[in-house]
Amino acid sequence: MAACPCAEYGTTALSTALLIEQLLNGLQLGVMLFLMAAGLTLIFGVMGLINLAHGSLYMIGAFACAVTASATGSFWLGLIASLIAAAAAGAIVEVVVIRRLYDRDHLDQVLATFALILIFSEGSRWFFGSFPLYLDIPAALQGAVPLPGGGRYQLYRLAIIGVGIAVALGLYLLISRTRLGMRIRAGESDREMIAALGIDIQSLYTIVFALGAALAGLAGALVGALQSVQVGMGEPVLILAFVVIVIGGIGSIKGALTGAILVGLIDTMGRFLLPKTLALILPASQAGMIGGALASMLIYIVMALILAFRPRGLFAA
Amino acid sequence: MKRILATSILSLALATTAYAEPVKIGVITTLSGGGAGLGIDMRDAFALAMKQSGNKDIELVVEDDAQKPEIAVQLAEKMIQSDKVDLLTGIIWSNLAMAVVPNTVAQDIIYLSPNAGPSALAGANCNANYFNVAYQNDNFHEAMGQYANKDYRKSFILAPNYPAGKDALTGFKRFYKGELAGEVYTQVGQTDYAAEIAQIRDSGADSVFFFLPGGMGISFMKQYAQSGIATPVMGPGFSFDQDVLGAIGDAALGVKNSATWSKDLDNEANKKFVEAFKTEYKRLPSIYAAQSWDTANLILAALSKASVKDKDAFRAALKAADFQSVRGTFVFNNNNHPIQNVYVREVVKEDGVLTNKIVATAFEDHKDAYADECKM
Repeated sequence: MAACPCAEYGTTALSTALLIEQLLNGLQLGVMLFLMAAGLTLIFGVMGLINLAHGSLYMIGAFACAVTASATGSFWLGLIASLIAAAAAGAIVEVVVIRRLYDRDHLDQVLATFALILIFSEGSRWFFGSFPLYLDIPAALQGAVPLPGGGRYQLYRLAIIGVGIAVALGLYLLISRTRLGMRIRAGESDREMIAALGIDIQSLYTIVFALGAALAGLAGALVGALQSVQVGMGEPVLILAFVVIVIGGIGSIKGALTGAILVGLIDTMGRFLLPKTLALILPASQAGMIGGALASMLIYIVMALILAFRPRGLFAA
Repeated sequence: MKRILATSILSLALATTAYAEPVKIGVITTLSGGGAGLGIDMRDAFALAMKQSGNKDIELVVEDDAQKPEIAVQLAEKMIQSDKVDLLTGIIWSNLAMAVVPNTVAQDIIYLSPNAGPSALAGANCNANYFNVAYQNDNFHEAMGQYANKDYRKSFILAPNYPAGKDALTGFKRFYKGELAGEVYTQVGQTDYAAEIAQIRDSGADSVFFFLPGGMGISFMKQYAQSGIATPVMGPGFSFDQDVLGAIGDAALGVKNSATWSKDLDNEANKKFVEAFKTEYKRLPSIYAAQSWDTANLILAALSKASVKDKDAFRAALKAADFQSVRGTFVFNNNNHPIQNVYVREVVKEDGVLTNKIVATAFEDHKDAYADECKM
């Protein structure tokens, strides 16, 4: 190729507006991951179960929202439908399949829940086809709002951040202030004992599972409006959610929140700053390629580092 | 004159005998996972072309690669070793094609690509057993780069970090003369583009060129439309084709995109194809369906001329490309990649359905940049 007329763009100084926008992006990704990771970590903490099918519940939420929204024309009804559908799917799965797995070892749980992924994926393909469904942002949340520093930010993403913070607060109150929360905490610390005390552990498990599923479904519906609603959409998010709970400490809601925000910020900032930094020493197109590749590894590198120093995660339960 | 007549009658007779022997075609394509829409269009168009030909001697072996290179490699081995297929086709994705094609053609099995044309297979490593009926990966992007020169001086360009993504941006830059406001490589399968969109906003670009096939493009377009940035976007036809337009919605209206095919392309074969596909499957065909339809008809045409068991004759029959392409005239270059027109299309709404119409021709009889390195 001839001399590149594009040498300069990598070196431009960072504007405040861009930095604020990227921080918000990281926060939004983190909040979304928290919705996924909270359910995952709750289920692991209370029942000791590794649920690979959590991504399928996310997909169910998105599909339920897309189908309801296109039938009724209302995103909000879709959102309610996503909560109901995912919670119901979670409860059914718990009663029919998961209940038989609590006493088995983790390998059996992984196998069975992996089978559930395949069943849910192919089932949705059977019902809805392989083409992505359409789901749009509700009219009230369309568009962008001005940011300090002269930038603009998508209103809907701000709303997701708001929902995430509300859910985190709600979960905190639920677990620390309510009877159900007390039972969940008791279940986390000593399963046999609370059963011996006469608490109906089976229905507690179903409720916790349905709650985790509903959160995943909510995340799926919220994100579905930003991305494409399609079969297999849950699995990439599931991997990130596992990274989050490993970093945060398996079983800890506080860890899930911290881990999620950390992963969201690191991933977003890495994707944006690494290529820019490399562009100082490399030609722009190579910097883009190498920086992009490095950025996609970054959260796993961070996870490895955290595990090396704190093998049980930041907030071991 | 009499002798010519006699030979042609003789060859016709031979052709009918060639028709009678069973032919097995292996189709490896993506039927599950996020990229399934593309593979399903490929498979459906291929099966429909075979059905319409009325040729009862062709047997299809169709398998799902789940968009995973290792599965595609296993399937290819299985089809060659135990199914004993005569021809292989079907792969949608370049990274899968790179995993399967070199090993397949080395075993003297002919592979016809209905999509995906990685640059590594078009130049010095071209092969007599490898026919690309679709395009060389750079082509659509080259066309958009050429077209961008008309209005734009400062483009921001974006593609996933895999062979086709690099080919895409290389192709765009080959013809684009303006400066670049940024060049970003994203993860394959990435669904959130907030970080990239923020950079676009900050870069002062006058246009955005992106190549993000399948669900990636849907996510990007929806998020871009909501970001409040007014900078116009353009891309290769893959990001604005029939399989994804419905999911992007009105955000795609008016976007210019490049392709070698469009459903409004004015030729008999194309009209027949679009009608047949719509009647059979109750949806509009995509580029993948069109290319797959051409692949099937190319095979059918070659089969009517030569036996698939006589490799040299069959390769020559394929190379002659004596069939009615939905893209108009179809000619293979020396490296077995097509020489073809590349058009610029615009997303429009027809009867409430989003689709494309051709607005310009970016290249006529365009050849890929690697053909000269091919020693065939």
